Amino acid sequence: MSVMFVLLPLALLFAGTALGVFIWAALSGQYDDLDTPAIRILHEDDASAASGSGQGAKAAP
Amino acid sequence: MRIAEAPSESPLATAVACAHCGLEVPAGRVSEGKELPFCCEGCRAVHAAIHDRGLDRYYAYRDAPAPAPARPTGRSYAELDDPGFQARTCWTAPDGLAATELFLEGVHCAACVWLVERLPSLVAGVVEVRLDLPRSRAFVRWDPRAATLSGVARQLDALGYRAHPSRGREVQVLRRLEDRRMLARIGLAGAAAANVMAIAFALYGGIVHGMEPEYAALFRWASLVVTLPAMIWGGGVFFRGAWAALRVRTLHMDLPISVGLVAGFTQGLVNTVRGAGDVYFDSVTALIFLLLSGRYVQRRQQRGAADAAELLASLAPGTARLIEPDGIRDVPVEALLPGARVEVRAGDTVPADGVVATGRSAIDVSLLSGESRPVEAEPGDLVHAGTVNLSSRLEIVAQRTGEDTRVGRLARLVEEHGRRRAPIALAADRLAGHFVAAVLVLAALTFVLWARVDVGRAVDHAVALLIVTCPCALGLATPLAFSAAIGQAARAGFLIKGADALEKLTHPGRLWLDKTGTLTAGRLALLAWWGDAAAKPLAAAAEAHSSHPLARALVAAVGPAPDLPVTIVETQGGGIEAAVGGRAVVLGSAAFVSSRIGAVSADLDRRARELALQGLTPVLVAVDGAAVAVAGFGDSLRDDAVDALARLRTHGWRVGILSGDDASIVQATGARLGLAPDDCRGGVSPEGKLATVREDGARGSVVMVGDGINDAAALAGATVGIAVHGGAEAALAAADIFVTRPGVARVADLLDGAHRAVGTVRRNLALSLCYNLTGAALAMAGLVNPIVAAILMPLSSVTVIAHSYRARSFGRAEAPPCR
Repeated sequence: MSVMFVLLPLALLFAGTALGVFIWAALSGQYDDLDTPAIRILHEDDASAASGSGQGAKAAP
Repeated sequence: MRIAEAPSESPLATAVACAHCGLEVPAGRVSEGKELPFCCEGCRAVHAAIHDRGLDRYYAYRDAPAPAPARPTGRSYAELDDPGFQARTCWTAPDGLAATELFLEGVHCAACVWLVERLPSLVAGVVEVRLDLPRSRAFVRWDPRAATLSGVARQLDALGYRAHPSRGREVQVLRRLEDRRMLARIGLAGAAAANVMAIAFALYGGIVHGMEPEYAALFRWASLVVTLPAMIWGGGVFFRGAWAALRVRTLHMDLPISVGLVAGFTQGLVNTVRGAGDVYFDSVTALIFLLLSGRYVQRRQQRGAADAAELLASLAPGTARLIEPDGIRDVPVEALLPGARVEVRAGDTVPADGVVATGRSAIDVSLLSGESRPVEAEPGDLVHAGTVNLSSRLEIVAQRTGEDTRVGRLARLVEEHGRRRAPIALAADRLAGHFVAAVLVLAALTFVLWARVDVGRAVDHAVALLIVTCPCALGLATPLAFSAAIGQAARAGFLIKGADALEKLTHPGRLWLDKTGTLTAGRLALLAWWGDAAAKPLAAAAEAHSSHPLARALVAAVGPAPDLPVTIVETQGGGIEAAVGGRAVVLGSAAFVSSRIGAVSADLDRRARELALQGLTPVLVAVDGAAVAVAGFGDSLRDDAVDALARLRTHGWRVGILSGDDASIVQATGARLGLAPDDCRGGVSPEGKLATVREDGARGSVVMVGDGINDAAALAGATVGIAVHGGAEAALAAADIFVTRPGVARVADLLDGAHRAVGTVRRNLALSLCYNLTGAALAMAGLVNPIVAAILMPLSSVTVIAHSYRARSFGRAEAPPCR
């Protein structure tokens, strides 16, 4: 049972990491628009498009 | 590719689908050649624009045809390049690129996203375009040295999307940041609740079977560590709310919530440190999570309605056509200065108060004064900003512009009254005060009673009572029920900006209607006939071949004309002479008729004058050289107006008309609706409306229903302001509720819905109070432990959530709301 003293903090650490990622995603606006990116991924890349900045570009705050 | 197939897809040759929008092509436009069919020139132009730029893939991406034909306007959008305008709507990134947000009309599907985001390859200098489809907003980044915003807007226009600058950016950015923070808080509280609950199950096992103290300590400390951030960051929302309410000495639901949270957390902290006793961390975190989620849902729903109203407002054109020596230029209204000469085309809104320099036209002043009849304007006449030029081109010299115009002053009045209006506490918040008092008294009582047995247990039971009565369901009852109702209302065509407006609508008082647009149908009808009824069919037969609105109204009222040989001579602006089956019929104004048949009898002449006084248009009818009857035409009432007023009265409202129209017309309309003459006030100025509304507001609840700028101040000053279909920008901004479909029956529907929504809230409150009473009774009996609390609280919340979303306050609209 004393393994609890290791496992519980470890489990909380994992949960904390996942939570940290969620909070980062929420605060950086990843959840602002849930519909358009789902559509955008279906468009084929065309060579002439200059808007190749893609996912690197962040939406306005 | 889809374009080539589109025409052949339709089974019948008669139903050819437009190659751009997919709507049926009118028969006259279908040609046999190789050309693609288009329903209108707009679609042809947009299709050509898409094709010329090599963007045919748009049609392949499209999964549904466009909901409406494309209408490129060909505007120059030059006003978007004005430096003053750009300073307010655009911003510059550190790398020298400019950025802005545009609201796009007409984006609706995946293909639109693709097409709009191809813009950087079409306009040199545009770096990035990203479309937010649900909100119809495009984020644009461009190099100001290589491209102009007007160029971007022109390109979008050519593709069939009208671009509007998105106003109030600062507010939107703040809201979006607040939304993100709220979401992060919910995530934190949710994760904390789930993890603490998992740990709590181990502790529950300990309550039942016993547990070694070092493990109990581990679980308590772990729960504390997880709860702490949720308490500080998530619970902080409620502590700040409670503190703010205390400081201004008002009551708010946040207060009892904070008491429960603090009690639960403090007890847990103390028991963790001393290593004995119960901890309620699972209840505390679940409480924070549920309440935050409720707040978030409410925020989103209310935001939806407010955004929609703002969108409608931003559609209004804010440009003027400035006449300069070298041509005409579009400028933002804000950039106009007194003395500027501007062109106002037919259909345009007058941009400034000024004097007509050249041209003659009819001006629709109804938005400003409420007067429904157009006013003639000729050189030298004063015209006001906000009025609409109806018939022909005018040139005016601006005298007062911007905030100095009559409309600008009214807008300031609106703003002042919007701010001054005291917030009315919702029923739940008023309840919160009693709730806190009752809970504290009960906790004290529990302590005193148990202190005679054991002081330690007395503290435990008193704290358990504070925790178990923490108003989770009570805190969710109002936001969830109202947000569900506001969501349903939006689908039914009512945009409601705040839950308080719904609650206020259930306290009856005075209800003022603006006549134009709400009570009347806006078309002419035969309302009075005095004299020989036998002349009616003859008159109708004579008028059957005329397209004059009065003639149509007469024919509609009398029914199909007798089949007689008819010849007519129409005199513009006078009347009509006809030979109907061998009888000579003359219809028209008194002057016209008397010029044809000689003197009209004094009796008929008097009747005609009376009708004119009532606001009706009199038409004399003469048969075989003698005037026999007089007909009165006026704006007809809506079919449902009388019923709707009866429904409003059954809710306990005293209904009246408050209009800028001529007093005699208002009295006549009121009489037809069965309203007391005292309740029908005509010729009221915008300032007078505000005064009336404030006077009534001092005595009780007052609702103003209106649509024009002239109503805006009264809308803002009333307890609840309702703007109706077709309203002006200022009216939308000032009102609490916007009804997107026409008619006073919709106002009655709104009241019905408000009553049902408030009923749901009351039942929710009663349900959650029952749970709290049960909890309090158990705690006083000393029967509450963390397991009981953990069962009772989610159970009460789920009841309230289910009840809120099951209730139907607003029915679905039978027709889609039109804009």
